[in-house]
Amino acid sequence: MLMFILRRLMQTIPVIIGVTFVVFFIMQLVPGDPAVLLAGEGASKETIEAIREQLGLNRPLLVQYFDYLISVFRGDFGVSLKNSQPVLDEILVRLPITIELAFFSILITIVLGMAAGIISAIKPYSLKDTMVMIVALLGISLPSFWFGLMLMYFFSVKLQILPVAGWDSFLHVILPSLTLGAGGAAIVARMTRSSMLEVIRQDYIRTARAKGVRESLIIYKHGLRNALIPVITVVGLQFGALLGGTVLVESIFAINGLGRMIVDSIRMRDLPMVQGGVLVASLVFVVVNLIVDVLYRFFNKRIELN
Amino acid sequence: MQAAADKKVLLEVEHLKQYFPVKTDSLFKPKAYVQAVDDISFKLYEGETLSIVGESGCGKSTTGRAILRLDEPTDGKVYYSGTDILGLNKKEMRKLRGDLQVIFQDPFASLNPRQTVKQILNEAMAIQDVVEKSKRMDRMLELLGYVGLPPEALDRYPHEFSGGQRQRIGIARALAVNPKLIICDEAVSALDVSIQAQILNLLKKLQKQFGLTFLFISHDLSVVRHISDRVMVMYLGKVVEIADKKDLFDTPLHPYTRALLSSIPVPNPELKRERIILRGDVPSPINPPNGCRFHTRCPFATEKCKTDEPALREFDPNHFVSCHYAEKFM
Repeated sequence: MLMFILRRLMQTIPVIIGVTFVVFFIMQLVPGDPAVLLAGEGASKETIEAIREQLGLNRPLLVQYFDYLISVFRGDFGVSLKNSQPVLDEILVRLPITIELAFFSILITIVLGMAAGIISAIKPYSLKDTMVMIVALLGISLPSFWFGLMLMYFFSVKLQILPVAGWDSFLHVILPSLTLGAGGAAIVARMTRSSMLEVIRQDYIRTARAKGVRESLIIYKHGLRNALIPVITVVGLQFGALLGGTVLVESIFAINGLGRMIVDSIRMRDLPMVQGGVLVASLVFVVVNLIVDVLYRFFNKRIELN
Repeated sequence: MQAAADKKVLLEVEHLKQYFPVKTDSLFKPKAYVQAVDDISFKLYEGETLSIVGESGCGKSTTGRAILRLDEPTDGKVYYSGTDILGLNKKEMRKLRGDLQVIFQDPFASLNPRQTVKQILNEAMAIQDVVEKSKRMDRMLELLGYVGLPPEALDRYPHEFSGGQRQRIGIARALAVNPKLIICDEAVSALDVSIQAQILNLLKKLQKQFGLTFLFISHDLSVVRHISDRVMVMYLGKVVEIADKKDLFDTPLHPYTRALLSSIPVPNPELKRERIILRGDVPSPINPPNGCRFHTRCPFATEKCKTDEPALREFDPNHFVSCHYAEKFM
């Protein structure tokens, strides 16, 4: 197991370098010259040239890239073009908020999704099952920006029981997490249901019944544990979609997280900030993938042996 | 073999029916049912092996599952040592499950892939509370000994064993709770012929050792011939013939049984045999034929067979047949 984790860690290194490469060059393709933007409207050619010189933007791209790569590995993400603050400082303030949001969203995805899936699978084609699956279908189909606004309208404006926006207390966490986690929960519910149904038909479930195992234990111990593998895969994949979703949800609920920072920086052509943000987001994704892989092994001992 | 009269009846099945609803195309059509098992009755005596044979889809496995209430039967009664199993509540049923065990066909599917052999055996004992906690380890090693597996097997997972070994684990699991009756649902059909013989001999040995009663479900007549005391032949959810093994194989009375037996390959190519080849397929159990269910394929069918359903009649002592014209074949 340890060897496996180590090997997987080694594999992440080229991935991370690849990410820096892609991030750096894609930013070069973005229309708009940061030097022009910084200099402001009507600035003279000399001023723009001076800014370029100062930021090193006039050097060859490859040189700029390696320069960037080396500083990144030293922990230096550069300074914001907007306010000359170190990018890393800003990211370190924003990242915990986004991680918190992602954590609660994935919690909702897992808990809500698996519970709904199990309820459905216990009595397939029953009224309960049909209802749950209809709700799940809605959950998959509804775009999160609309769903978020509806939640906001209903719970904050009409009922006035939850705050509209911001990120101050636990109450602030509920609506954004629900918005972000709902789609994943719906997918996980459907996956859990079909996976459970497949497992429940197996003979070893009959064996367990014949032993006299309690129905609840049959569902959890014999059913769920075997049905979990595809569910874990889906949850892992959902996390990627979730990170992308934070950009939207943070904008809707005015949360000062990483996603919103990236959006704002793109608008400002604040290259170092965007690069830093995307890089950190990618790192988080790589780490989560690693965790999913390890969990996967843990739940499926057969992978380890082969 | 003793006369059946002085043997104790362990399990008695009366008018057992198992219908499964099937989806119909239209909301307004009446619901259709697969009549998987339709009104069958038989007795199982203590210490014997009764085999149920028949083509796939004849209801033999369904019968086994219905007896264990793994699928809830539609109608009928199942008496185990005098008590009606189908009337028991969940708790009473769970307790009784210690007496009634099952071995399934596919040893790859019947063991939970995420449990070690130890967990598999331990769970059974813990639920039925047959062995004290402190003695379970000894008991598990003892069980492995009975079925011929090494003690190291305890900490391994099912996928680390071969098919025959897995079936041994399944048998050990069934034995763990000291059962009286074991239903073997195609227990050797998934195994190689050489392994089949090993497992059959193991089952026979264990039967003698622990006084077990077997309900042995199989489509393989040579296996049935090897292990049974009595044989019951099923066709489309109905019992067509029950008899002692010798009587059934020597003087089959039902045309279906005769056809079935004539399909057993004989190792002597010189031997000329009368082969009865059935034409057509088994009719659908959703709309089984009227009268005798076999009349659509029976070479001897008459008008009477198309309308009147034959009752199960006793011809020789302990030899029951459901055919209007069984006398002709005696």
